[in-house]
Amino acid sequence: MSTQVFYFVATLSIIFSLMVIFAKNPIHSVLYLILTFFTFTVHYVLLNAQFLAVVNFIVYMGAIMVLFLFVLMLLNLNKETEPSKSPLIKIVGVVAGCCLIVTLVGSFKAASINSPLILKNQGLGLVENLGKELFGPFLLPFELSSLLLLAAMVGAVLLSKRDEVEA
Amino acid sequence: MDTGFIIEKFILVAVIFGISLVIAMYSTYAERKVAAYLQDRLGPDRAGPFGILQPLADGLKMFMKEEIIPTTSNKWLFIAGPGLALLCACIGTAVIPWGSPMLIGGKVVPLQVSDINVGVLYIFGVVSLGVYGVMIGGWASNNKYSLLSAIRAASQNISYEIAMGLSIIALLLMTNTLSLKTIVEQQHGWHWNVLYQPLGFLIFMVCSFAETNRAPFDLPECETELIGGYHTEYSSMKLGFYLFSEYINMFVSSAVMATLYFGGYNYPGMDYMATLLGPTWAPLFGTAILFAKIFFFIFFFMWVRWTIPRFRYDQLMNLGWKGLIPLAIANIIITGVVIAIIEKF
Repeated sequence: MSTQVFYFVATLSIIFSLMVIFAKNPIHSVLYLILTFFTFTVHYVLLNAQFLAVVNFIVYMGAIMVLFLFVLMLLNLNKETEPSKSPLIKIVGVVAGCCLIVTLVGSFKAASINSPLILKNQGLGLVENLGKELFGPFLLPFELSSLLLLAAMVGAVLLSKRDEVEA
Repeated sequence: MDTGFIIEKFILVAVIFGISLVIAMYSTYAERKVAAYLQDRLGPDRAGPFGILQPLADGLKMFMKEEIIPTTSNKWLFIAGPGLALLCACIGTAVIPWGSPMLIGGKVVPLQVSDINVGVLYIFGVVSLGVYGVMIGGWASNNKYSLLSAIRAASQNISYEIAMGLSIIALLLMTNTLSLKTIVEQQHGWHWNVLYQPLGFLIFMVCSFAETNRAPFDLPECETELIGGYHTEYSSMKLGFYLFSEYINMFVSSAVMATLYFGGYNYPGMDYMATLLGPTWAPLFGTAILFAKIFFFIFFFMWVRWTIPRFRYDQLMNLGWKGLIPLAIANIIITGVVIAIIEKF
């Protein structure tokens, strides 16, 4: 049953992510992106990674996408305000997209499908096991990435404060 | 998965759903009665004795009103907005333990729909999702006031979510678990978390006022500035859905507060009552106690609404970012240090 659910949700993921690209209205795009993230959450649950699922739910669906929607509502993008793209940019885009497809297909061919990676510990995705892994063997990378996030945060605050200093 | 399990869960879900709707319905009545009492008036008293049938009359009115969808609005999203608001309000009840396991006909039935091991985070996720109903409805209305309200709702929700999450982290440092069932069981016998985390509870409560868009944080529907806010363009039962979701949100937040900080279904003398009433009725008594706590919090929500005036927007942001977040971080540090000291000695 789990496999059938996977195929159903995977189809939905692909449909919604295509809709993100094809939707004319940017707000609709963001809403489809939210649905795509929701299907990802279901994928994580199917993989028994409950913590990742719920964090994806909170952070991506609940916070980042709210901010996306917030910014789009503030900007109020529509057809009249959007600058029309020249044919040259469109051609460049198509070429770049094709290059990406070639790279992806190549990497998938290189990765052999017949020897899938099997998790040694089935319950790795549960909060307790994940926490022990993160704060045990992976403590240094974890702390480094938190420092990186802190630096980004300080940078954002600094950028928004610049005007006040100059004035 | 056997059929009995599915039927059992289905009945539980149906009962909880029905109860939340009835409580939301009668919260509107209670709100008007509390407002009337605080303003020295009588409140609704025409429909039935003490106006007890007023919510039914209001509901009937909502259904009968003409339904208007503005021509310039985005039709699908305009309809999806209130539906999403009500959906997000209702799914929060799934992980709350309503009582200790109950013996029905020789079978022990847990009074909780699902005890997932990330229960606290699930609640948090549902809360953070709740703002989409308001945002989508406000944007789809194609009305300047509704749009402003949607933007306000989004920024308010994001700001207070951070402080709320930080206050929960301090609590989790003590409980060592994310399962709501275990958190409630740990509080058995006066070990209520509010006694250990008074500051955390205060922050959590202020944030839940902001997350449910209740006064003094009801800026998204601030009548003096934004007409009706995000539901300006809504009529009939779609407006009803928005109003209903606010009351269900209030009920769910009250239940979460009672569960996380006030011992859930635990009460003093619980073990004595368990021997007195037996394994079938004692859990139900505990559930009644939990509901008494929830009703107190709902009353508290109303009490605050009719006592404290609305914040100004910059005051709201200052309180969230410069008041509650540093306070919540300090709370985490103090809790962590105290736990480290206790474990050392």
